[in-house]
Amino acid sequence: MMWGVLQFPGSCDELDALQACQRSGAEARLVWHEERYLDGIDAIVVPGGFSYGDYLRAGAIARFSPAMEAVGEFAASGGPVLGICNGFQVLCEAGLLPGALLLNESMRFTCRQLDLEVDGTQSRDIGHFESRRATLSIPAKHGEGRYYAPDEVLDALEANGQVAYRYAPGQNPNGSARDIAGVRNEAGNVVGLMPHPEHAVDPLTGSTDGLRVFEDIAAIASAPANA
Amino acid sequence: MAVESRHRDLGLTDSEFDLIVEKLGRQPNEVELAMFSLLWSEHCAYKHSRKLLRRLPTAGERVVMGPGENAGAVDIGNGHAIAFKVESHNHPSAVEPFQGAATGVGGILRDVFAIGARPIAILDSLRFGELDSLRSRHLLDGAVRGIGHYGNSIGVPNVGGEIYFEAPYEHNCLVNAMCLGIAKQAEMVRAAAAGIGNVVVLMGASTGRDGIGGASVLASAELGEGDEAKRPTVQIGDPFEESKVLECCLELLEKGLLVSLQDLGAAGLTSSAGEMASAGGVGIDLDVTLVPLREADMEPFEIMVSESQERMLAVVEPDKVAAVLAVCEKWQTGSAEIGVVTDSGQIRILRNGNVVGEMPVEALVDGCPLYDLEPAEPQGWMYGNRATLAAEASSEETLLALLSSPSIASKRWAFEQYDSVVGSRTVCRPEAADAAVLQIPEAGNAIAVSIDGNGRRVACDPHNGTIEAVLECAQNLACVGAEPLGLTNCLNFGNPEKPGPAWQLDQAVSGLAAACEQLGVPVVGGNVSLYNEGPEGPIYPTPVIGMVGELPDPAKVCGSAFLREGDAIALLGPFEPNLAGSELVKLRGELDVGLPRSDVTAVTAACATVREAIRGAKLASAHDISDGGLACALVESAIAGGVGCSIDLQPLRERGCSPEEALFGEAAGGFLLSGDLATLEELGATPLGKVGGATIEIAAGDRSLTVSLVVAESAWRSLTV
Amino acid sequence: MGAVKARVLIRPKEGILDPQGKAVERALPALGFEGIEHVRVGRMVELEAEDPERLGELCEKLLANPLIEDYEIEQI
Repeated sequence: MMWGVLQFPGSCDELDALQACQRSGAEARLVWHEERYLDGIDAIVVPGGFSYGDYLRAGAIARFSPAMEAVGEFAASGGPVLGICNGFQVLCEAGLLPGALLLNESMRFTCRQLDLEVDGTQSRDIGHFESRRATLSIPAKHGEGRYYAPDEVLDALEANGQVAYRYAPGQNPNGSARDIAGVRNEAGNVVGLMPHPEHAVDPLTGSTDGLRVFEDIAAIASAPANA
Repeated sequence: MAVESRHRDLGLTDSEFDLIVEKLGRQPNEVELAMFSLLWSEHCAYKHSRKLLRRLPTAGERVVMGPGENAGAVDIGNGHAIAFKVESHNHPSAVEPFQGAATGVGGILRDVFAIGARPIAILDSLRFGELDSLRSRHLLDGAVRGIGHYGNSIGVPNVGGEIYFEAPYEHNCLVNAMCLGIAKQAEMVRAAAAGIGNVVVLMGASTGRDGIGGASVLASAELGEGDEAKRPTVQIGDPFEESKVLECCLELLEKGLLVSLQDLGAAGLTSSAGEMASAGGVGIDLDVTLVPLREADMEPFEIMVSESQERMLAVVEPDKVAAVLAVCEKWQTGSAEIGVVTDSGQIRILRNGNVVGEMPVEALVDGCPLYDLEPAEPQGWMYGNRATLAAEASSEETLLALLSSPSIASKRWAFEQYDSVVGSRTVCRPEAADAAVLQIPEAGNAIAVSIDGNGRRVACDPHNGTIEAVLECAQNLACVGAEPLGLTNCLNFGNPEKPGPAWQLDQAVSGLAAACEQLGVPVVGGNVSLYNEGPEGPIYPTPVIGMVGELPDPAKVCGSAFLREGDAIALLGPFEPNLAGSELVKLRGELDVGLPRSDVTAVTAACATVREAIRGAKLASAHDISDGGLACALVESAIAGGVGCSIDLQPLRERGCSPEEALFGEAAGGFLLSGDLATLEELGATPLGKVGGATIEIAAGDRSLTVSLVVAESAWRSLTV
Repeated sequence: MGAVKARVLIRPKEGILDPQGKAVERALPALGFEGIEHVRVGRMVELEAEDPERLGELCEKLLANPLIEDYEIEQI
């Protein structure tokens, strides 16, 4: 299996994501933002960092890159896409995920290890992986991670099982609506989350709970194609 | 305005001006005067410190690059080197803390990648006035946000640091930024320009009026009233631009496309071109019309002294220039051929092909006179005192006052604003252990780094206080099993032309030299910041030490947190606690001159014992005893472990100290360890008690105390702005 | 025909928590300014456009995020 990790000017965690994909047992390569085709790629990571300096709005410029056009097509055909932190912001700006990420309520960048609850409900279109609730210890590090969507949208997300991750009670670092840390699209193949699973894959530097996130995405890649 | 008096406004003395005239054989013009005034300033020329710095030991078998280059570097194994340096950005931060601190980080990052090392960590050492001052809170808040903004955006983890609050820094805050990088030794590059006919290429951001300070007086002759647009501006940092320049430079070096590389910092093009030419023994011609400008109407002198950020200067062979420009294009960063290396020994500034300034490189870069200090020891304590803790306070009250003292309290409020994990190297994050630890898979080992200083103790005794600062670093490194490889230092002092600060500087440098020699740790680079004086006098003399060490196996490192109920707690090392210069004596308003002498040999031996024990995975925790003494160190280990402890200080008192000294006295040489009792005894540590329970109980004669862990933690975590 | 100068004002939509606006509002009384409410902090973009007809599209697609922001175009 081959992961593609996008790289924009200003990306920071792309090499960390690359290493994490490799640690999860697959191959991985960087995809430069100017690449227009994703041949041979089975799953995409849009990584963390400050693409284009977060200028204008986080992710607002990166979403227009040729690579993101390719990702849009890839996602539309069911390809699995994981957006981490800035990557989540890019996916929301690109309309591949609902909602938006706003300035942390504290107005400060916050870097902290915290507990993330995996919402184990399966998407109704991807029935092939088991529903597994879990709590993962993962670091979050961001200044604009407060998830927002209008109430009707939030209600629909919850009803559809599209809330993928939530901050454990009392651990919401940014004032995110309903403690939402990550969401998936309706089809379930595009997932975005603010915390950084790629920084929880090496026992030397912290927990290894992050591997679970990569495994879940990899499972989508190896699932039989949707009817 | 006659040029003769302009020089004084630019900070040059009459005799310095006369020397310039002599070296040029004529009066300097505007451009030349501006360039000399900057390169002959204290900040660039080290006029009052260069002679002193020659005392520092700089040689060592692991030194790959010593002082004099953009950064120093030590061999880490397998053909790799760790580059590092610390620099100050004190005065800009006092004016605009966010941008001052941010650009301080930007500058030190450039120094590291200028030698071909990829930055892998930053640390910061900050000092402000007491927190009851609105100004100090504003500076602290701005500086922390600025450091976070720059470091986080560029993706380099901030893995450690220190923050102190003392009245003498009220008008002169200190912002010292340290950076470490990793390089393949074969790809490292020096700054010396070489190769007659080679092209000088300017890369990165465009050039504007940032930071044009003293030279603005020259501008006043040409400005009309109300010409606000031409006024000098604060340096503004752009970490996004820097990330592009960094990748561009590292790719250029990897491809072997550069002859030399230099960053543009203080005094901009003047200093970087001048220093490159000087190091290479060559001349340089620069045409300012070829410099990409942010503002179209800049004068040649402005272009030469601008401190616009995120710019690098390279020397490139003519047949490689196209390839260099192509790499810059790929990374979307600016590039322009602006000059050529010559054999004239002159630095010539041209505008549209006409020479507008010209001087011998040697005169500009090395011609500045160096001054001897005229030191005189001040009589008694000259910094004042302010009591905030009553003499009758109980032991519990005293302990809580120390724990909540902003200099001692947890700095979590600050370090949570920094990304400490990007890069996947961070084994020990801030406050997890006494030093930061970063894995180095390239060499199959790990490095540890600590940045430490204590201005107040150095004010009590500059020579011994500086030795203590070096030992503090060595002890912090020992607590993670690391052996020191090299050291960088930033010397932050008052006005060297006054006898008191001159004496402090002289004594501190001699202490630094002595400690480095006895420890066997070379100085690979550093920085000096002088003239840090306010209306009430100079800052505390503050040498800040950044020390880097290596350890073979990061998996064996323990932290400073107690791990298990029932573990024994023990004291190791030649620890002779004393209240002189301590945080307690500060809170009581009883600071005075004098510090005990440290037994460097004995402390070094204790470091070796702790280091070997850590490497053998023999300890549950290790913590160096420093601010607030043994009691505070104990509480810190307990809070980190979420478990209390009970100890008896009788064994320490038997060394001849009072209960109060045993509890709160400070000195070098104390390690607080925990683990298996038999193992600790074998190491020669003195057992004091056990880990367990929900309280901190310390038996210390008539000053015994008991405090609940919850209350202690609440005091220790009280620092927030 | 020369380029048209325009100024785009972008502000957070009503109902969205704006911590910057709140912080400014809370700080004002201490600085001696009473009676100031509903502070919203946004962004301003100035530009010169050859084809002002396309400014709306530019705002919708890039300069503002219509989910969370309102915008106003002024030709100057």
